[in-house]
Amino acid sequence: MSKNKIQVTAIILVLSFFAFFALAPFFFMLISSFKPGDQIIKNGISASIDFDIMSFQNYKTLFTERSGIYLHWYKNSVLITTIQTAAAVFLSSWVGYGLAVYEFKGKNLIFILVLVLMMVPIEILILPLYKLSITLGILDSYAGVILPFIVPPVAVFFFRQFAVGLPTELIDAARIDGASEFAIFFKIMMPLMKPAFGAMIILQAMFSWNAFVWPLIVLRSNENFTLPIGLASLITPYGNSYDMLFSGAVISVVPIIILFMFKQNSFISGLTVGGVKG
Amino acid sequence: MQILKNFYEKYINSRKVAPYIFVAPFIIVFLVFYLYPMISTIIMSFQEIGFGEPKFVGLENYRDLFNVHYKNALLTSTNYTFWTILVLVPLPIVLAVLLNSDKTKFTNFFRSSIFMPALTSVIVAGMFFRYAFGEQASTLANSIIGVFGLEPITWLQNSIPAMIALVVLCVWRWLGVNIIYFLSGLQSIPEEIYEAADIDGASSWDKFKYITIPSLKPVIIYVITISVFGGYKMFAESYAYWQTATPNDIGMTIVSYIYQTGFNNFNMGFASAIGITLLLIVLIVNIIQLNLFGLFKKGEQ
Repeated sequence: MSKNKIQVTAIILVLSFFAFFALAPFFFMLISSFKPGDQIIKNGISASIDFDIMSFQNYKTLFTERSGIYLHWYKNSVLITTIQTAAAVFLSSWVGYGLAVYEFKGKNLIFILVLVLMMVPIEILILPLYKLSITLGILDSYAGVILPFIVPPVAVFFFRQFAVGLPTELIDAARIDGASEFAIFFKIMMPLMKPAFGAMIILQAMFSWNAFVWPLIVLRSNENFTLPIGLASLITPYGNSYDMLFSGAVISVVPIIILFMFKQNSFISGLTVGGVKG
Repeated sequence: MQILKNFYEKYINSRKVAPYIFVAPFIIVFLVFYLYPMISTIIMSFQEIGFGEPKFVGLENYRDLFNVHYKNALLTSTNYTFWTILVLVPLPIVLAVLLNSDKTKFTNFFRSSIFMPALTSVIVAGMFFRYAFGEQASTLANSIIGVFGLEPITWLQNSIPAMIALVVLCVWRWLGVNIIYFLSGLQSIPEEIYEAADIDGASSWDKFKYITIPSLKPVIIYVITISVFGGYKMFAESYAYWQTATPNDIGMTIVSYIYQTGFNNFNMGFASAIGITLLLIVLIVNIIQLNLFGLFKKGEQ
């Protein structure tokens, strides 16, 4: 073999190792979802594939267990993700555009605030936010989950960066034609920002679907849980319904993976702009 | 009606007022959901909050920080941050370079596969690793170390194995994301620099050391910064593994400590004081990072 060929093979081997490391857990999660739940709790996840004990029973329990609580969680996740994504993406495009195209007093201060808040972890504020949601009467509700994140600084930053590159001549021309400032945003600029919307919708939807820390605090009753909170409630020492654990997990990951297969590039461009971790 | 219309034309729609209407949603959210909670957490940190009226206690909550649990939490968060950075900076750089090489085949497949774990929620990923790191000899983690002739470990009940389990979970979820950051950094390096180096007879290692790494410096700083934030605010991973207080505070991070103090023991005042220390850590890191970037310059671009 030539030196070049050895190199190419070595690279492929290294990358295959890490691809395996990344994909194997999905495979074992799937296998585990067919095994009886109490067995996983007792014995942990092993590499064994024993078809005798595997069945679709766990997937059936998702519909029946505790009068279909899993379906409640799924519905909550779908609704919260939809509302939060739509509101957050619209409002941050609105703010980001304003920051990009206008000159006004306080503009730099606001932009610096956006940059700083991008970095402030919400985890620091869970206690006061919890007290605030009691005061506002939004504890244990969709509004409680959604409102604090309705204008995510990361998304504002993203849209601001995108809108800075928009052609300002169009704005001037529209003004001469007598269009109002807001009509210019809705009719001319929003369509031009379409690529930015694609990336942000996906990023926000993923963020919202997987959100954990804040929903854990603000959602109090079982039937209001989202999927991550519901699944987490199954592993407490007092949990039962262990059969739902991995079948529930698998079904919760599926929509995001399907979305990823179709919209890979939007995922990637969304992530590279915002420093989103956690 | 005419008055209303005039009012709209003259004020709301003017180029003086419109910008503020555009930024208003951000300002409102900032005031209500960031500034107010920030101030109220500062106030609470000087209070004892029980079931009656909050009582002003001065610095008592801060004095209480000198206890073994806080030390453990700070150590766990610091160790976790340190190890995740130690793995999640060099490794993705190397993998990104490999992915970026034109000798590599199936680039898209590898990139997407390694990225896939980032799609899962911490809880789903955490659940998997919690049981994969089970203590029985047959679990995935113990069978893997068994191949190297090691005895089964009770992973989540000992501090070093527990830290390994946390870092593995983090690496699994974030490797692909960091690769994407470094890939986009690599793609912005002009091809000509490498060609010039080739003419000078530079080896692959020389090119990596003298061109690739220096060119990636801004991305490296960025990734380290978000990893520090991510590391110090880590909570969900620990929650997925342990949920509640553990013997010897194994796996308890600063945020877990806040959560346990505030929501399990209802000691909101002390929990706020812990939160303030975390805020200070974040602020210091933020300032260092902004200085490294040359004070906001990066953001203005």
